[in-house]
Amino acid sequence: MSNLPALQIILPLMAAPICAMVGRPKFAWGLATLVAWASFAISILLFLSVRDGTVISYDMGGWAPPLGIEYRVDVLNAFVLMIVSGMTSFVMPYALKSVASELHESQHAYFYTAFLLCMTGLMGVAITGDAFNVFVFLEISSLSTYALVAMGAARDKRALTAAFNYLIMGTIGATFFVIGLGMMYMVTGTLNMADLAQKIAANGDSRTLRMGFSFVLVGIGLKLAMFPLHLWLPNAYSYAPSAVTTFLASTATKVAIYVMARFMFSIFGFDYDFQANTMQFIMLPLALVAMFAASTVAIFQEDLKRMLAYSSVAQVGYMLLGMSFLTQLGLTATVVHMFNHALIKGGLFMAAGCFIYAVNSSRIDDLKGLGRIMPWTSAAFVLGGLGLIGVPMTAGFISKWYLMQAAFELDWWPIALLIVASSLLAVIYVWRMVEVLYLRDLPEKNDVRAVPLTMLVPMWGLLLLSVYFGVSADITVSAASRAANALIGASNIFWQSGG
Amino acid sequence: MSHHTILRVVAKFLIPPIILYALYVQWHGDYGPGGGFQAGVIFAVAFILYALVFGLDALVRVFPTAVIRILFSLGVLIYAGTGFVAMFFGKNFLDYSYLGHDPVHAQEWGILLVEFGVGLTVATVMIAIFIAFASRIPSISDEEW
Repeated sequence: MSNLPALQIILPLMAAPICAMVGRPKFAWGLATLVAWASFAISILLFLSVRDGTVISYDMGGWAPPLGIEYRVDVLNAFVLMIVSGMTSFVMPYALKSVASELHESQHAYFYTAFLLCMTGLMGVAITGDAFNVFVFLEISSLSTYALVAMGAARDKRALTAAFNYLIMGTIGATFFVIGLGMMYMVTGTLNMADLAQKIAANGDSRTLRMGFSFVLVGIGLKLAMFPLHLWLPNAYSYAPSAVTTFLASTATKVAIYVMARFMFSIFGFDYDFQANTMQFIMLPLALVAMFAASTVAIFQEDLKRMLAYSSVAQVGYMLLGMSFLTQLGLTATVVHMFNHALIKGGLFMAAGCFIYAVNSSRIDDLKGLGRIMPWTSAAFVLGGLGLIGVPMTAGFISKWYLMQAAFELDWWPIALLIVASSLLAVIYVWRMVEVLYLRDLPEKNDVRAVPLTMLVPMWGLLLLSVYFGVSADITVSAASRAANALIGASNIFWQSGG
Repeated sequence: MSHHTILRVVAKFLIPPIILYALYVQWHGDYGPGGGFQAGVIFAVAFILYALVFGLDALVRVFPTAVIRILFSLGVLIYAGTGFVAMFFGKNFLDYSYLGHDPVHAQEWGILLVEFGVGLTVATVMIAIFIAFASRIPSISDEEW
């Protein structure tokens, strides 16, 4: 039991080289699936044991923090771990057929190796209590992501340039992040998050600290596709294999959002003026612009995956908006939306993958009339689209409801109106797909492959879950609210109770 | 490259000391500057030099790609496995105290084992990257220049 935080990371980390060593596609898939489910079970156990506000601290190698590296699990970490491992558990069964149809067989074993490493990296970012360790895990996940995106080249050669662009942008982001860490280390002489928080509070503001904060903000901003830094995302998402897109869209940006929240609220603290100003005068406008600009661009896309990718940029805008309110309710909305958007966008990208499996194209023009012969996939897409818009009874509604409440709480009703208005843009691009799928005629010559159940079931699983959490949001909202409390009480609750 | 006699003779002279130096850096990593990463790179350099002078085919005969794949995975497993076994002794992950009778010796042993894993992976990955680049068919052949 006491080794659970370590096992959470080690299981996928050790399974990855085994997959590469054995090199058989079926074996690699089986092992990856098994490990994903085991990780999911571990993260549920972790979540249950920290739900009441306790904090688990695990010393790597038996070296006590702040000198040693510490894994530190609170409600927020455990929630993010659950999102990552849970999404992997859904993507794995889906990947079997999807990957088989999109990649050369010689690459399958390496695909699962990279996938497991990516999962390791993302969960490591979430679980660690050491700021430099965050950087290391961020690089593990990013490097494996570049490889995964590049594997899309079997279907479309443009995946290679997409991966290369992502590599350049991601590396710049990581560099900025580590420069920021260096500045913080210069001021405080420590890298442990809890220690950093105390020392920063004790030392007070300084120009170095401000520089450190800004570098970290921009570095993570690149990783999470904050609005003007999002240009790597649409290509990477469009050309990556479908299973990878599903996984990245529902976990990678969420984990980056988590890192940003952790650095802002747990380390720099709520009462850091420079941060509050940055959030309200830079982040908030950028988030609003993201919601509108990215949604508008999404409307004019010719490619389904690209459209969904731009929609992801807009959704990241909602999450940043919630954070920039600097209130408990705003953070709750962000955390709830992290979870809900993972379900919805995961389901939608799975549907896009099903279309690619069926007609070997994700161009919207090639999907005409498919609603008639692919009723299950098309219906799933519509259900996910409703969630994206935020129609009541879907998970998307819960997110937007809390986001608007947070805006009303501050009397910022124009922002609440803007949230509604940007949702209307989502109506346009979702309706465009509905029209293509159901109201256009099927081309006479069509070559549609039947989508296997292993792809349909995970997709419907995710979307039905999103409806479930749209109807009964108690579980997610109470977890998110506790997570927000853990962040807000950063300097008093989070750091004192486990250490 | 069969006509470059000097290159071949010098390379044959250099390769053994390079490997020896790599091993020195590897096994002294626990109490001197060095360690698995540096040693792995130096070790790989010996093989890369061999391939540069005697051709890629000769290298692949010595080091088949299937072996490389197994070795670089094995290195990671040695590292993680050393830490993993600690859990069966009731220690935390990567706590090497279980390896010896007193903690200081045990830590030294643990670091040696872990660094061996690092060295193995780094060396084989470097060779693998070299082979991957070198075995690409150039889009312009030598005669067309």
